[in-house]
Amino acid sequence: MLLTGAEILLECLIKEGVEVVFGYPGGAILPTYDAMTKYPQIRHVLVRHEQGASHMADGFARASGKVGVCIATSGPGATNLVTGLATAMMDSVGIVAITGQVARGSIGTDAFQETDVTGVTLPVTKHNYLVMSAAEIPLVVEEAFHIARSGRPGPVLIDIPKDVQIEKAEFLGYPTGKLRLPGYKVPDSAEDNDIVEAIRLIQEAERPLILAGHGLIMSHATQQLQELAELAGIPVTLTLLGKGAMSEHHPLCIGMMGMHGNAASNHAIQEADLLIALGMRFDDRVTGNIKTYSPNSRKIHVDIDPSEINKNVKVDIGIVGDLRTVLTQMLPLVPRKQHPEWVRRIRDWQEDGSERDILTHYDGTALLGAQVINDLWKFTDGNAVTVTDVGQHQMLEAQYYPHQRPASMLTSGGLGTMGFGFPAAIGAKFAKPDEEVWAIVGDGGFQMTLAELATARQENVDVKIAILNNGFLGMVRQWQEIFYEQRYHATPMVNPDFCKLAEAYGIPSMRVTSRDQIKDSVEFARSIKGPVLIEYVILKEEMVYPMVPAGADLDKMIRRPKLGEKQP
Amino acid sequence: MSTNTPKKHIISALVENKPGVLNRLVSLFRRRNFNIDSLTVGRTHKQHVSRMTIVIDGHRLNPRQMVANLYKLVNVIDARLISEDLHVERDMALVKVRTDDTESFNAVTELCERFPARIIDMGMQVAIVEITARTELVEEFIGQLKPIGIIELVRTGVVAMGRGVRTQDTEYEPASMTLQDGELERYSV
Ligand SMILES: Cc1ncc(C[n+]2csc(CCOP(=O)(O)OP(=O)(O)O)c2C)c(N)n1
Repeated sequence: MLLTGAEILLECLIKEGVEVVFGYPGGAILPTYDAMTKYPQIRHVLVRHEQGASHMADGFARASGKVGVCIATSGPGATNLVTGLATAMMDSVGIVAITGQVARGSIGTDAFQETDVTGVTLPVTKHNYLVMSAAEIPLVVEEAFHIARSGRPGPVLIDIPKDVQIEKAEFLGYPTGKLRLPGYKVPDSAEDNDIVEAIRLIQEAERPLILAGHGLIMSHATQQLQELAELAGIPVTLTLLGKGAMSEHHPLCIGMMGMHGNAASNHAIQEADLLIALGMRFDDRVTGNIKTYSPNSRKIHVDIDPSEINKNVKVDIGIVGDLRTVLTQMLPLVPRKQHPEWVRRIRDWQEDGSERDILTHYDGTALLGAQVINDLWKFTDGNAVTVTDVGQHQMLEAQYYPHQRPASMLTSGGLGTMGFGFPAAIGAKFAKPDEEVWAIVGDGGFQMTLAELATARQENVDVKIAILNNGFLGMVRQWQEIFYEQRYHATPMVNPDFCKLAEAYGIPSMRVTSRDQIKDSVEFARSIKGPVLIEYVILKEEMVYPMVPAGADLDKMIRRPKLGEKQP
Repeated sequence: MSTNTPKKHIISALVENKPGVLNRLVSLFRRRNFNIDSLTVGRTHKQHVSRMTIVIDGHRLNPRQMVANLYKLVNVIDARLISEDLHVERDMALVKVRTDDTESFNAVTELCERFPARIIDMGMQVAIVEITARTELVEEFIGQLKPIGIIELVRTGVVAMGRGVRTQDTEYEPASMTLQDGELERYSV
């Protein structure tokens, strides 16, 4: 079959099972857009900014476990994707970005809208391609999807010159099964020796702790995680992206670790005599001061990426492999154990934490972000897919919205990309049309990508937007309060009227100023099939505690005082 | 800080001979804050495979990390920390020196007898000498040429190879870019 490069590309996307792509047209990608008219099986979602497209593809991928796809034109279209690619790279999310490029003959001449996109995106992609003939498109697409989803997933970009999209070539089929990837190795199982050694450490440990990360969710190893924890009686603490790897209602799950993690988790890490790190990478936001990190523990680290082993924290046993495979290897050997004393100590820390919880002794009238999140959890039956932006509201969601299942909490962890939440929620809704999807955003971050309100309206995406409006770049204000003597420079914001704004886009909205309205707001949002915006006007100067100051020892947290204690 | 010269690590990498691969490697090293001391690239006896020798200043770095990072590049077929095993290494320099009087000319010729070096271009004013040897020897040679008068100098950087029968090679043959007619039945179209 003689097809154009654009047609071959779309044929291949269909064979990859792609049903939706998020994109924005322009000169250099027009042949592909034109060819889309012949392939109605692929739904194209027109975004309002290419950054939105990249985050939608990302949200789609995180929610579905499939590869998300975004499309943009050359030059400015492609450079607008960069933030989304970097976000996906940091959080190991498999997306494929397709960009138009100027015609082959014009490459290198500073032609109109020419940017060296493979050059620009080199550090923020797992791999990228500049396709120089239509005939190679099937192999490139197949490789790109394979690389994006396998091993440690990541973004892959395919840059296709305009004339390659037009050029005709014989299309013989897909998949070709001829991956030309001699250097691409995907680790799978662990060496028996390492498993035996790891089991020995588990056997000997008196205060073991599992650090559960995103890798568990991506390798579908959450069942194995729970079995391991239950068999050997090991408490589990989660990274931000690990939320959902184990139900936070499980008695062994002690919630999030790190800068704004539960104090109990951080104390437990520092006191443990064995850390079992699964699919997490010892980011500085979870370790605090690396020099004093968990000083008395032996450490087992399982990760699919060999370069993560011993990168930040020196470990006793580094196991490179797929978590599901490795845990399945381990389980038959895991000793049946209990650590009642250790668990009791953790309970004490947790007890102390509850006494400091603002929800238990708040006596103000203004609405709190913590209350909003806690009530959203309650009124969505703890079962929504939540997608957060970046800031205080993100940490509050991590603290006050316990999750029960994998991929039900999506957030930009590694890059901390403001503007991620809302578009990613749109992408997630496309992945999970039958689930309730809430974007939980701050007033700052929402304004970075709010143009996608138009996308949500045009496509009638049933996503609920909860804006926690504190009139500040809240998280930065918190730092200014603690570390810069309350000089609130460039953090107060004069905001638009978010409800009027929603109205301008034809999106129903509601403003909530007191706690007793929260239930109604959720019912209101649920009553409408389509986008709904709820603005929660919250206390301007709320603080998120506990907080480990950047670079401090993990257990040197700034805590909220107990009732009757002095302010910190 | 120790006053010793920092330990150098030598990595040998087989890479696909494709546009942009060198860029990917260099970008990775820069990104990871690894300090490249020298880098050589050349084809091998297989047209589609190039081999790079990378020398890095290992003062504060874990060289295994570096190798693990290299493996993350899709186009890197094989990477090894060659300096940890028995290996041979060679560095080459071309040095243009002053030979405009008998004294300097004699000094250069004499040096070429003591070192694995030779004069490869001889003029009235200057000569070009070539030395191929271990880095330390090359450096010593250059040091001895200095008082005579070095005018220009170029070095290749280190190339290295593991000794013995353990080879660093690849069976990989690149597939043709497109499907051949006969292959069609194998695939679901
Ligand atoms: C693109 C981008 N720019 C800047 C930052 C730095 N930053 C982190 S949190 C934050 C404040 C976020 O404010 P808001 O969106 O209102 O959320 P809040 O903290 O108030 O919940 C800022 C500016 C960032 N993470 N991302």
